[in-house]
Amino acid sequence: MNSIILRAGTRYLVGILLIFSVYMLLRGHNEPGGGFIGGLIGATGFILYTLACGTAEARASLRIEPQVIAMVGLGIALLAGLGAAVFAEPLFTGQWLFIGETEDDKGLPLSTVLVFDIGVYLVVFGSILTLVFAMEEEI
Amino acid sequence: MGETSTKTAGNGLSGWLPTLIAAGLFAYFATLVPAVAEGNVLRLVYDWVPSLGISLSFLVDGLSLTFALLISGIGTLVMLYSNTYLAGHPQYARFALFLTSFMLSMLGLVLADNLISLFVFWELTTITSYLLIGFGHETEKGRRSALQALLLTGAGALALLAGLILLGVTAGTFEISEILAKGDEIRAHALYLPILILLLAGAFTKSAQFPFHFWLPNAMAAPTPVSAFLHSATMVKAGVYLLARMHPAFSGTDVWLWTLTIFGAVTAVFASVLALRQTDLKQALAYTTLMALGTLTLFLGQQSGYAITAFVTFLIVHSLYKAALFLVVGCIDHATGTREADILGGLGRAMPITAVAAAVAALSMAGFPPFLGFIGKELKYAGALAVASEPMLVAGAVLLANALMFAVAGVVAFRPFWRRADGELPKSPHEAPWQMLAGPVLLAAAGAIFGINPDLLQSTLVNPTVATFLGDPGEAKELKLWAGVNLPLFLSIATFVLGFVIYLLHRPLRRGLADLDARSPNFDRGWDNVLAGLVAVSNWQTRLLQSGVLRRYLFTVFLTVVLALGGTILARGVWEGAPDFSDVAARNWAILLLIVAGAAVMVVTRSRIAAVAALGVVGIGVALIFIVFSAPDVAITQLLVETLVVVLVAVAMLRLPFLDPPGQSDHRPVDALLAIGVGAVVTVTILAVIGTPFDTRLTDYFETASWPEAFGRNIVNVILVDFRALDTFGEIAVVVVAALSAYALLRTTVKDKKQ
Repeated sequence: MNSIILRAGTRYLVGILLIFSVYMLLRGHNEPGGGFIGGLIGATGFILYTLACGTAEARASLRIEPQVIAMVGLGIALLAGLGAAVFAEPLFTGQWLFIGETEDDKGLPLSTVLVFDIGVYLVVFGSILTLVFAMEEEI
Repeated sequence: MGETSTKTAGNGLSGWLPTLIAAGLFAYFATLVPAVAEGNVLRLVYDWVPSLGISLSFLVDGLSLTFALLISGIGTLVMLYSNTYLAGHPQYARFALFLTSFMLSMLGLVLADNLISLFVFWELTTITSYLLIGFGHETEKGRRSALQALLLTGAGALALLAGLILLGVTAGTFEISEILAKGDEIRAHALYLPILILLLAGAFTKSAQFPFHFWLPNAMAAPTPVSAFLHSATMVKAGVYLLARMHPAFSGTDVWLWTLTIFGAVTAVFASVLALRQTDLKQALAYTTLMALGTLTLFLGQQSGYAITAFVTFLIVHSLYKAALFLVVGCIDHATGTREADILGGLGRAMPITAVAAAVAALSMAGFPPFLGFIGKELKYAGALAVASEPMLVAGAVLLANALMFAVAGVVAFRPFWRRADGELPKSPHEAPWQMLAGPVLLAAAGAIFGINPDLLQSTLVNPTVATFLGDPGEAKELKLWAGVNLPLFLSIATFVLGFVIYLLHRPLRRGLADLDARSPNFDRGWDNVLAGLVAVSNWQTRLLQSGVLRRYLFTVFLTVVLALGGTILARGVWEGAPDFSDVAARNWAILLLIVAGAAVMVVTRSRIAAVAALGVVGIGVALIFIVFSAPDVAITQLLVETLVVVLVAVAMLRLPFLDPPGQSDHRPVDALLAIGVGAVVTVTILAVIGTPFDTRLTDYFETASWPEAFGRNIVNVILVDFRALDTFGEIAVVVVAALSAYALLRTTVKDKKQ
């Protein structure tokens, strides 16, 4: 598709969608969202970019091959699950660290669960883009 | 595998490390002998899958220690031997790894005290022996033999797994030592017979009992040291070991007695006759292994002290002489380049040490005094005569097998060395290096030493092993060279006479047997026919089911859904009566209308883009339902996936050729019927599900636990990343694999197009 309006609009939309996808990822544990939804939104952003500017440009701006992203995500998710072994707990048991915890407030929660969710995000993001790029290029 | 270099070293680390491992294990097991001889039973337990009652537990009693000593002891000599036999072989490291893994799996198998861990080790021996038999994978024969052994013992192992699970469930425990204590309970159980049949299927295939015997001689495709190891102490004895292990819990019934006796006797006689027919020394030995396995099985049918003592003694005798003779044949092969009985001759002068070792081992095999084989043979006769119902029949079978064994011992270990050679040998013979002589010499010497001084075995291994069968070491009969003038002695003399006659006549007999064999059904060819039939059936059903047309696949899938679900509904009558629609809110009706309209447009339209868009409408309608029933996570996911699907399908479909050009046959009426069927069945199913009371246990659990235990308020996400994180991991792994496969597939077509 060769539409200047779409191209111009896309440049702004992609950034917004990516930020929004990270926001959805991070709020997922308490509000609707999470790695799966975040990954889908992020992928949607890049698909929009692909439709507007073509796969070559989309690949160039992504810098990393999408299948690499997917596999790295899978590795991160696995590591997050294996992390429990360090604390001698069954695999995939969530490990939590609350920074600045007080009586009333949990502070900033950091956890292997979040790492796992980031892995899910990258898997969904990378896998969908792998598919879309391949299909677009094939046709 | 005859082609080897004459270098004596050169395999580096992989050459001597396996020998050291095996020797270390042998030394370790030897230190356990005093404790076991005193009647102690050592147990070692690690938790494995505690929630399923599976533990990695090991048991050292007389039976497992005897096996462990044979495996590690013969293993040491075989590893030492292989290092020279296969010196400089380009794949020696691989061979050493296979052989060591095989030895360790075999040790695990005999030491395991848990049915499941026993099975795991059992299958490890199947796989490692597959790799060993197929070590010469460049040849068609090697591959076929390996596959045959794998398929046959693997099929038996599946039966065994079923049997072991049934046994564990019946007994209420998977620990073997606990099961054996419940023998009466198991024998009286209604499932006794099915369990027995399944276990026997596993044991008989593994230990190559008739009619599953044919894979074992074929397994001779393996390098000779492997054959020595597989045949003497290990792989093929695994089935016998299983029967021996289960003896206390299963023996004593008529089924057990007659099945083992008949199969054992038939295998023993049948195999020793076939052994005489072979001209390849290794093949002849392979068939005598079958005979030994048959005899061992035969004695396991009994419960008398004589039979069990005979079993234990013959087990040890056979391992010692069989390993020695296989190694000798390897030496002959190595030195002369052939194993043909008719060519070989006059090796005694060139290979004196080998000749003496062979002679000693063969005399033990033939059952001459003062070797352990003689004691074993006397005990076999005593055991056969102690059989309550048909002593003469059993003794007759044993006599025939022993006499044939005598003749084969002469053919294998006497003729090649001492008769005059008829023709030219491919290579001029020479004595083997010490690494290859160590095995035959030590093993043959052991047979002689134990024969002259049987007390060495009596208290250390025989008594404790008999105790594992009969509970009392006092049940063991005495091993002695001179038991007085009795019926077994007369039978021994008869064996020698008969054996000598057969030996003298073996060449005409062999020709007669070859004629007979050519006219009788051949199990090995039968196996090929079975495999060919299997391939034909799978070809036929593949053509039937996998037509390659997507339409037809989908049609089959949905038709199956309709038939399976609809059939169940009709058969079970789950219809709950007409549902009540009175309290459905107006907006829900609106959403329903939207979905139905979307579906209708999709069916009716001829424009592809309109169909895709209408499909999107259906999806968005479903997402709306999720929102109405407050499941925002699922709704967002549905919406996003729907968007992506529309985009992807639109991208793909816009480039496809038009559907249903006019004039072609119209599938629509049939498809419509099927669609209506699927809709109806699914609707009724959902109504039935809604009609039953909803089990809220899981919902309640996740509602209460998600914040205190996983620190999250979004239950859906908490389940995904915390409670069921392993499931999610599996799913994202599937996503990655799917994406990569699709990528690879699309890439290939791109390349094809460019070419």
